[in-house]
Amino acid sequence: MRAVEELNMNEQVQNGVAVKCLGLRKTFGEGTAAVQALRGVDLEVRPGELMMLVGPSGCGKTTLISIIAGILDQSEGECVVFGHNFRGVSQSEKTRYRGQNIGFVFQAYNLIPTLTAAENVAVPLLVRGENRRKATERAREILRQVNFDDRMMGAMPSQLSGGQQQRVAIARSLVHQPKLVVCDEPTSALDHETGQTIMELLRKVALQDGRALIVVTHDARIFGFADRIAKMDDGHIERVVNSPAELNGNRK
Amino acid sequence: MNFIALKMLVGDRAKYLGILMGLTFASLLLTQQAGIFVGLMSRTFGFLTDTSLPDIWVMDEKVQFVDDVKPLRDTDLDRVRSVEGVEWAVPLYKGLLRARLDSGNFQSCNVIGLDDATLIGGPPIMVKGTLADLRRSDGVIVDEVGAADKLAKVLPGGRRVPLQVGDTLELNDHRAVVVGFCRVTRTFQSQPMVYTTYSRATIFAPRERKLLSFILVKAKGGESLRAVCDRIRARTALAAYTHKQFVQLTLNYFMKNTGIPINFGMSVLLGFIIGTAIAGQTFYNFTLDNLRYFGTLKAMGAGNAKLLGMIVLQALTVGALGYGLGVGAACVFGAASKHSELAFLLPWQVLALTAGAVLLICVGSALASIWKVMRLEPAIVFRS
Repeated sequence: MRAVEELNMNEQVQNGVAVKCLGLRKTFGEGTAAVQALRGVDLEVRPGELMMLVGPSGCGKTTLISIIAGILDQSEGECVVFGHNFRGVSQSEKTRYRGQNIGFVFQAYNLIPTLTAAENVAVPLLVRGENRRKATERAREILRQVNFDDRMMGAMPSQLSGGQQQRVAIARSLVHQPKLVVCDEPTSALDHETGQTIMELLRKVALQDGRALIVVTHDARIFGFADRIAKMDDGHIERVVNSPAELNGNRK
Repeated sequence: MNFIALKMLVGDRAKYLGILMGLTFASLLLTQQAGIFVGLMSRTFGFLTDTSLPDIWVMDEKVQFVDDVKPLRDTDLDRVRSVEGVEWAVPLYKGLLRARLDSGNFQSCNVIGLDDATLIGGPPIMVKGTLADLRRSDGVIVDEVGAADKLAKVLPGGRRVPLQVGDTLELNDHRAVVVGFCRVTRTFQSQPMVYTTYSRATIFAPRERKLLSFILVKAKGGESLRAVCDRIRARTALAAYTHKQFVQLTLNYFMKNTGIPINFGMSVLLGFIIGTAIAGQTFYNFTLDNLRYFGTLKAMGAGNAKLLGMIVLQALTVGALGYGLGVGAACVFGAASKHSELAFLLPWQVLALTAGAVLLICVGSALASIWKVMRLEPAIVFRS
C-alpha cells in the first residue's frame, strides 16, 4: 500500500482544485483540557488563486494552514493538496513533500541570521541536496525577480529593512518552484506602503504556473489583493467571498 | 546542509566562543592534570629508567617498590649467578645516607653503589668527568641538580656555589671526593643522587649484617626473561622481575598506597565536569536560540536525519577545535615547564584520553540538543 494516497491530481487540477479540505477537525489536548481549534472546515483553493484566510485571533487560521502545509496532523476530515492526502503518511514523507511542493512566508520572516540574503534564499534548494554554487545562483535570479538590489544580496538579515527581509522571505518561498505557498501574516510587521508593495509582488511573482497562494492575515488593507476571502470564526469557515466589499457589506 | 550548520555555529560569535572556551578549558585541564600525573608517576621509577642495561632485577621477596630496599646476603649474588640462563649478575647498593655540609647542616643523599669491576648501573649521562673516575680514591659522582642546589656550598654572604670536581663531602663520617657530575632522570624523592662503587658504598653505609640491595642480571641471548625470572625465584627464593615488571610493581605501589591518583583524578574529574557544564550548557542554549530556525528548516523539508547531522557536525567542529586549542595550550605549558621541577609528560594515551573525554562532552551536549530538535514541531514556525 502506498504511503501517500495519490488521488488523481491531473483530474483535480483540471477540475480547478489545488487544495481541498473536507470536514477538517483539529483538537489539541484531551479530556476536559481539550481545545477544538477546527470544527469541521470545508475549503477549496484553486490553482492560480490567492485565497485569504481572515478572522479574529484564535479562530483557527494558523491551525488550518499548518494542516494544509503538512506540518500538523488533523484529528478528523480530509485534506488533499494537489492530489496528495497527508492522512496516515509518515512524517519523513510529509517532510519530503513539503520540501518539494510547499513554500512558506512567515510573519517574523524566519531568515537565518547568520546567512546572507542570497544564502537564505538558497536554503530550500540546499535542503533538497542541491549544489551550493548552483543553489546560490538560482537564489540570486529569484531575488532579482522580487526587485532585490544586487548589492544587498550579500547582506545579513540584520542589515535589511523589514520590507527587504520580507522580499528575501518571498524569494525563499519560491526558489524551489513549489505548487503551493502559504503565507502567515506577511504584512503585519510592515508599514502600509511596504505591505502593499509586498502583496503586489506576491501576486505578480508567486501566482504563476498554476501555483496557489494561501495568505493568513488580519490586515484589512490588503484584502483587495485576494481572489477570494474565507472568513473564519470559532474553528470553522463562516463564509467565502470574492471581494472585500462583500465581506464589509455582509458585516454591515 | 553542512554549510548552513557551520555558518549557524560560527555566526553566533558569543555562543561559539563560549562553547569553544568551555571545551578548550576542559581539554587543557584534562591534558595538563593528566600530564602532570603521568610525569609524577614516571618519576617513581626514574631510577629504573636510568638503569636500563640489566634485563632482570633480583631482590628480597618483600620489596614493594624501587625505594623499598630490603637487603640481601652477599652470597645471594653467587646463587643468582649459578642459575641457568644468567649471562652475568652484579651487585647494587641503594640507600639513603647523610652528607654533612660545610654549613654544618645535614642532607640526605641517595647513594648508589655500582659493581666495582664493571660499574654497571651507572648514570645515563655524564656532564663532567667519566664513570671510570669512580675508581679514584674516595671518588663519588653527584647529579648536577643536587650539586647546584642541595649540596651546594654556602658562602659567608649566603650565596650558593655549586660543588666542583675536587670538592669533598662527608658521607656518614667518611670522606668522599667529587670526581664528576651526571644528569639523571628526576625521581620521586628529591634527594641528590650520589654514585660510587659498591665496595665504597658499603663503607659509607652504617654497619649492617646485610648491605646488598639489588642484584642486576643480564639473561643469556635467546633466553625468555620470564623463564629466567622463574628459575631465579625457584632456585633462590628471591623475587626476580623483568625491568618492565619492576616498573609496574613500583607504579602499582604508588597507585594503591598514595593519594596521588585520587587527587589528580579529582582535578581531571573537575575539568570534565566544568567543561561539560560550560560547553554543554552553552551548546544547548545555542540550539534553543536556533530552535526557530531548525523549525523553519524542518518546515522547508529538512528531515530529522539532516538536522541531526547538522547538530553532530556543529558539536564535532567545536569539539575538534576545543581539543586542539586545549592540547596546544597544554603543550605550551609543558614546554615552558621543561626545565623546572614540575613533572609533565604527554604520552599518546593522555591525548587519547582527553580526546575521548572531549568527545564525550560533545556527544552529551549534542544529545540534549538533538533530543530537543527531534521533538520539535515544525508548526513552531507559525508562532510569532
